[in-house]
Amino acid sequence: MQGTLQVKLERVAHVRSGDKGNTSNIAVIAYCDEFYPLLKEQLTAARFKAFYRGAIKGDVTRYEADNLAALNFVAEGALGGGVSRSLSLDNYGKALSAAILGFDIEVPEQYSNLLRGG
Amino acid sequence: MSRLRIGAGSAWWGDRIEPAKLNAERGDLDYLCFETMAEATVSAAQVRKRRDPSFPGYDTYLDDRMKAVLPGCLKRGTKIISNQGWINPDGAAQRIVELLREHGAKRKKVAAVSGSLITDRIAKLGGTILESGAQVASIAPEIISAEAYLGAEPIVEALRQGADIVITGRVADPSLFLAPMMHEFGWRADDFDRLGAGSGLGHLLECGAQVTGGYFADPGFKDVPDPWDLAFPIAEVEADGSAVIAKVAGTGGAINAMTVKEQMLYEVHDPANYITPDVVVDFTTAALEQVGPDRMRVSNIGGKPRTPTLKVSMGCMEGFIGEDMFFYAGPGALRRAQLAKRILEERFRIVDLKTDDLRIDFLGLNAIHGEATPKDAPEPYEVAVRVAARCRTREEALKVGREIDGMAVSGVGMTGKRVPHQDRAREIIGVWSTLVPREAVPPAITRYES
Repeated sequence: MQGTLQVKLERVAHVRSGDKGNTSNIAVIAYCDEFYPLLKEQLTAARFKAFYRGAIKGDVTRYEADNLAALNFVAEGALGGGVSRSLSLDNYGKALSAAILGFDIEVPEQYSNLLRGG
Repeated sequence: MSRLRIGAGSAWWGDRIEPAKLNAERGDLDYLCFETMAEATVSAAQVRKRRDPSFPGYDTYLDDRMKAVLPGCLKRGTKIISNQGWINPDGAAQRIVELLREHGAKRKKVAAVSGSLITDRIAKLGGTILESGAQVASIAPEIISAEAYLGAEPIVEALRQGADIVITGRVADPSLFLAPMMHEFGWRADDFDRLGAGSGLGHLLECGAQVTGGYFADPGFKDVPDPWDLAFPIAEVEADGSAVIAKVAGTGGAINAMTVKEQMLYEVHDPANYITPDVVVDFTTAALEQVGPDRMRVSNIGGKPRTPTLKVSMGCMEGFIGEDMFFYAGPGALRRAQLAKRILEERFRIVDLKTDDLRIDFLGLNAIHGEATPKDAPEPYEVAVRVAARCRTREEALKVGREIDGMAVSGVGMTGKRVPHQDRAREIIGVWSTLVPREAVPPAITRYES
């Protein structure tokens, strides 16, 4: 029986964040179809919110776009009160998506040749 | 028309101008569309106009953008659609008429689409604030500007009246691109399948280079050729609402499934229900296919009936942000930064700084990700201590910079400091949203001719 590897999300998926008021959306897109079920199973809305360690003040909703092999996380209260009020240097949260790239994902060894980077 | 070529000319006010010129000259475009407004653009323009009556109230780069693209557009017969009108679409249209004359272009028709500004009647229209649930009336005295996001229909009407250039105030970004599709293909305003497809394409184009390799590269993971030479996208649209997303040959950047997916979900919440004034777009049915190098075919984006309301952005004066930074480097940089933070916290207490919010970050460690920064993040070699406070008055916000001045000789050892700069307190225009019945916002079209 084959084992699993633990890798950072950056080897499995790419991300982009966007802003609307005080809400940030962070799309997590699988690099290949094989990885998408792993994301769906392991990267839940609760784990996503916990990984941001308090930076997301409100709810996180996870939307699934199966046709794009992508999850879209909508994080309320993530932008310091909104783009114009925020005291953050990155007030649009354009770099906020990058934090989740450090999330640990279990990947079946048989997919190791599909991993990006590293 | 069997196939329509629509290009992007800008994704925001500060965007590069040369890719617009390139699209005008080499894109073989039927339409070139400019998006130049952020959420607070209109409010900021209102504040500026109030202080400086000579400010014309439209895109400060109107001349630069038009001078760059008019020769190419006039030669090819490319029509232009642009939201550079901000709070004065008529003034922008008149300025464009002057520029057309300077280019020797006679009898060109320019239409101004206005009517989105509803500042004077937003309190009466009422409703609740989407973000807070409070009544709009409760913030009425602070509202500088309220503007509804208009849809594609008034632009379609202006094109039907023969406009070569349409210049608007606040219009939803995808609608700028949907309008030429509706006009050229004869799509009706209740043909929601087509409108969904067209608005979805508009969403892919509205952020310019974000679909052609911008806001994308990550070395070793997602590499982009010649990322210093990105083109803005061009959609080759079919009458059924499918399209190929492409760019001018010989430019840098990339168009592939990854760039298209990232942009498709950018600023989207529920991908099955992306609400625009024209239609509710469904991206979860979309099919993507690479049909050539830097050519992605996008089909089957869906649409559902539009909502009975229009979104309104309301800008309010909400005080001032005072902000500055100073620096540490070398071994022990972080421990000196931490002492500096402690000193500042005490100083702010001593000078009785009154804030609604305060941040003291270590740039290089946690200024960008804040609380999301891992506990075991490595110690940086260089650290900037960056301080920001949100205050009710300018005087209060200016205290931040004054205390940071004090850190030069009264602070921690080996403190790096920049020259005290002007304008250390900036005005905040907070943006709130609400919904109003669409009948309450009738658009107006004014026609001009060169």
